[in-house]
Amino acid sequence: MQDNEKRFPQIKPLMNSSEAYYESSRCLFCYNAPCTIACPTSIDIPLFIRQINNGNLTGAGKTIYDSNYLGNTCAKVCPTEVLCEGACVFTKVNIKALAIGRLQNFATNNAILTKQKYFEIPNPNGKSVAIIGAGPAGISCACELRKAGYQVDIFEAKSNPSGLALHGVAPYKITNREALMEVEYLREQFGFNIIYNTRIANIEDVQKLETKYDAVFLGIGLGNSAEIKINGEDKPECIGATEFIEQIKMNPSEEPIARKVIVLGGGNTAMDAASECARLGAEKVIVAYRRSEKEMKAYYFEYDLAKVTGVTGMFNIAPIEIVGGNNVEGVKFIRTEHVDGKLRNIQGSEFVLDCDLVIKATGQMKQKSLIANISGITMDETGRILVNETSGQTSNPKYFAGGDAVNGGAEVVNATAEGKIAGIGIHLFLSR
Amino acid sequence: MANLKINFAGIQAPNPFWLASGPPTNSGYQIMKAFDQGWGGAVWKTLGVPVVNVSSRYGAINHRGNRVVGFNNIELITDRRLCDNLREMEEVKKYFPDHAVIASLMVQTKKEWQQIVQDVQNAGADGIELNFGCPHGMCERGMGSAVGQEPEVLELITSWVMEVAKIPVIVKLTPNISDITEPAQAARRAGANAISLINTIQSLVGVDIDKFVTYPIVENHSSNGGYCGPAVKPIALNMVKNCAQHPLVQIPISGIGGIENWRDAVEFLLLGASSVQVCTAVMHYGFGIIRDMTAGLEQYMDSHGFETIDQFVGKALPNVKHWEDLNLKYSIKASINEEKCIGCQLCYIACEDGAHQAIDLNDDKNNRIPKINEENCVGCNLCSLICPVEDCITMVRKDDGNEHLTWRQRTEANDVPTTFDDALAGGNSHTVPTPLEALKR
Ligand SMILES: Cc1cc2nc3c(=O)[nH]c(=O)nc-3n(C[C@H](O)[C@H](O)[C@H](O)COP(=O)(O)OP(=O)(O)OC[C@H]3O[C@@H](n4cnc5c(N)ncnc54)[C@H](O)[C@@H]3O)c2cc1C
Ligand SMILES: Cc1cc2nc3c(=O)[nH]c(=O)nc-3n(C[C@H](O)[C@H](O)[C@H](O)COP(=O)(O)O)c2cc1C
Ligand code: SF4
Repeated sequence: MQDNEKRFPQIKPLMNSSEAYYESSRCLFCYNAPCTIACPTSIDIPLFIRQINNGNLTGAGKTIYDSNYLGNTCAKVCPTEVLCEGACVFTKVNIKALAIGRLQNFATNNAILTKQKYFEIPNPNGKSVAIIGAGPAGISCACELRKAGYQVDIFEAKSNPSGLALHGVAPYKITNREALMEVEYLREQFGFNIIYNTRIANIEDVQKLETKYDAVFLGIGLGNSAEIKINGEDKPECIGATEFIEQIKMNPSEEPIARKVIVLGGGNTAMDAASECARLGAEKVIVAYRRSEKEMKAYYFEYDLAKVTGVTGMFNIAPIEIVGGNNVEGVKFIRTEHVDGKLRNIQGSEFVLDCDLVIKATGQMKQKSLIANISGITMDETGRILVNETSGQTSNPKYFAGGDAVNGGAEVVNATAEGKIAGIGIHLFLSR
Repeated sequence: MANLKINFAGIQAPNPFWLASGPPTNSGYQIMKAFDQGWGGAVWKTLGVPVVNVSSRYGAINHRGNRVVGFNNIELITDRRLCDNLREMEEVKKYFPDHAVIASLMVQTKKEWQQIVQDVQNAGADGIELNFGCPHGMCERGMGSAVGQEPEVLELITSWVMEVAKIPVIVKLTPNISDITEPAQAARRAGANAISLINTIQSLVGVDIDKFVTYPIVENHSSNGGYCGPAVKPIALNMVKNCAQHPLVQIPISGIGGIENWRDAVEFLLLGASSVQVCTAVMHYGFGIIRDMTAGLEQYMDSHGFETIDQFVGKALPNVKHWEDLNLKYSIKASINEEKCIGCQLCYIACEDGAHQAIDLNDDKNNRIPKINEENCVGCNLCSLICPVEDCITMVRKDDGNEHLTWRQRTEANDVPTTFDDALAGGNSHTVPTPLEALKR
């Protein structure tokens, strides 16, 4: 099997202690710090940086884990450019922002490697909670509940934990080893159970949980990649982005990657998939987006990162057919334009771009079918589970939810924050 | 064009930058190299009966990424034989006849003093420096700061030296004393031609908190040492000023303590030094810093129209007054430049917790720029000192400059607080929140 750690060097590698010392020396220790305000889990960033600087590395780890149970994963995968580092006051005077993500990695990596036990787990309180999904939301919720003495069983469809942080996040941001290492560290410390290869698939499964457990947390994330619904989509070399990325991450193949790749979409997942193809040696990688460059949902730095690896962006072109015989030979596009604020195809502008692999990155579907089976849980029209923001409680009081399944697809740090909030919400609900 | 040449108490040098006695002047090799790079003089590592040093000799203070802001050593005087030093001294003088070579000396008996003075004169030294300053190792044997702390002993030994000296004699003072002008006056009384200060400050640079021993660690133990480097400059400046202002001192001063660039040197010169000596900065960066020092000094002199060093030696002295002669009517208030403010709010918390509660946060949480409450601002400078942005918080003068009233004048006019609850208390003019307000925030 291919060694991904070699194929994908980390873009935010672990700092050495000199780097950490000098970098942490730069922190101003702002009052009411903008970085902390910008962090969805409100980590006391100036405090942990000062602790690193003053030689209390284990204390720095504690500060981070107090606010964020996936402190290491977040340190590596968060879009810090638009969160903490984007808020650093230094950026206002054109001074490089503190490398907060990398400092956070430095502290949490040490905590994990030295097996720091930051939390006391109390004696069992006699109650138990079932969590569906061992992604960031589920793991974070589990930690919070264990801290309050609940028995926690996590049911996970796959054979590994960490959800998309393991199966989806670009391999040059975090290695599989790192993603798994943090969950294992948490499991040892908090003592929750993960029952792998166990999909909660239907209403019978759900009812069993409902009778056995005092509450249920839904951390099920999103589903498979969305379909585009055009002719030729069923050819074998036309695949969804999340499935493609999971394949490279979990089952790296010896076969060379396709020569010419077209990625359909304009979000971060499209940029990731395109970057990964380029890094794997594809000769030409095109990201094709229906709308204009400005309208892309991808962060500017993700597009920049893709461009640096040799990816080309093409805008205002919409796919209308995947062409070829048994195999993919290209994509037929039509040019688009905005008329009265609406996107419209320009008739007669069709053209074909050759390729041997098409990656669909136009979003992930929602896991509506499972939720629809649970009585009393309401979803919005797009299939997001509706919850009370301050407790994570759904409209069926025994069910709580958080993460991508609720926010429609955000970042690991949001899932982590929401999982923790729901953990607190469940505890309040069950200790009333 | 600025002329950097000096005549320091009769010692000629191409510029006022001298190496202080220490590891950089251990050998003729180092001194030749330094002269070649532009140093104007060198005070040889203190000569005497050679010592044996310990291994592990230095400790340092680092501050947030800056290495060696303070430096500490437990080294003694030279550990090389006198004959080797004298031979090398002769050779240096042969190659650099116009540079200042000063022999630093420390011995015990009258006989030893008079012998070694003659030895270094024969070797061609341009001057002598008497090391009465070393605060560790030598003082326990009745030398170094043990002498510098006893003005009478200092005077006696200096007079022994003066009996035989044919070249200028500088007395190096220890700062480990409450009034530096006392040994300075004693040196003058004994006929010394100049003084130099400061030597290192007795110190413990830190403690290894796991091994329970101070730095630098020699096996499992340690000993107090001498403190120097950038951190000691303010102490040295004040002592130089005290000596320069004292009517019974009035001999040339060589300024030492934390100098690492031309600006530090200019500060010493403005407070009355007429040459400066550098040790720690050379130990940190090497002799090469001299290029920045001479270039910076020339540029400074040109920009002020000073042609020679003498023209500005002591120029700041008249402006250093007693506190009671400062104008109490002078009033400045902090002002934040909103364009430059980056919203770190350090000024807010500094004034709130550490000063006078004169800075408020904006009611609008999205506006991170704090506001000065001029009524409460006493003009202490704190906020402007801690602000990380250049020229963002400035102190703006508010009085019209017409009124002048000092504490001395107020005292003479019986217009000063004299009782514990006096209505004339200075703090009466601003609002102090009640203690309970602290818990409501
Ligand atoms: C390609 C890609 C790249 C990304 N890159 C980044 C990035 O760089 N940085 C970042 O912060 N975020 C990134 N994200 C987003 C991030 O991964 C997610 O926001 C986050 O993982 C959501 O966590 P979650 O726990 O809500 O869901 P998930 O991570 O999706 O976890 C859900 C878990 O539940 C399991 N599950 C689902 N249904 C069931 C069921 N019925 N029974 C049992 N188990 C079930 C799943 O197998 C999965 O393990 C990326 C996402 C994608 C798709
Ligand atoms: C503005 C200011 C005012 C001080 N006032 C006093 C005082 O009233 N009484 C006192 O014993 N020390 C006073 N000190 C000295 C400090 O207590 C302390 O000894 C000194 O500052 C060294 O400690 P530091 O390096 O932590 O500041 C004052 C210090 C500062 C900076
Ligand atoms: S000058 Fe002193 S009192 Fe005035 S605002 Fe600044 S810190 Fe406060």
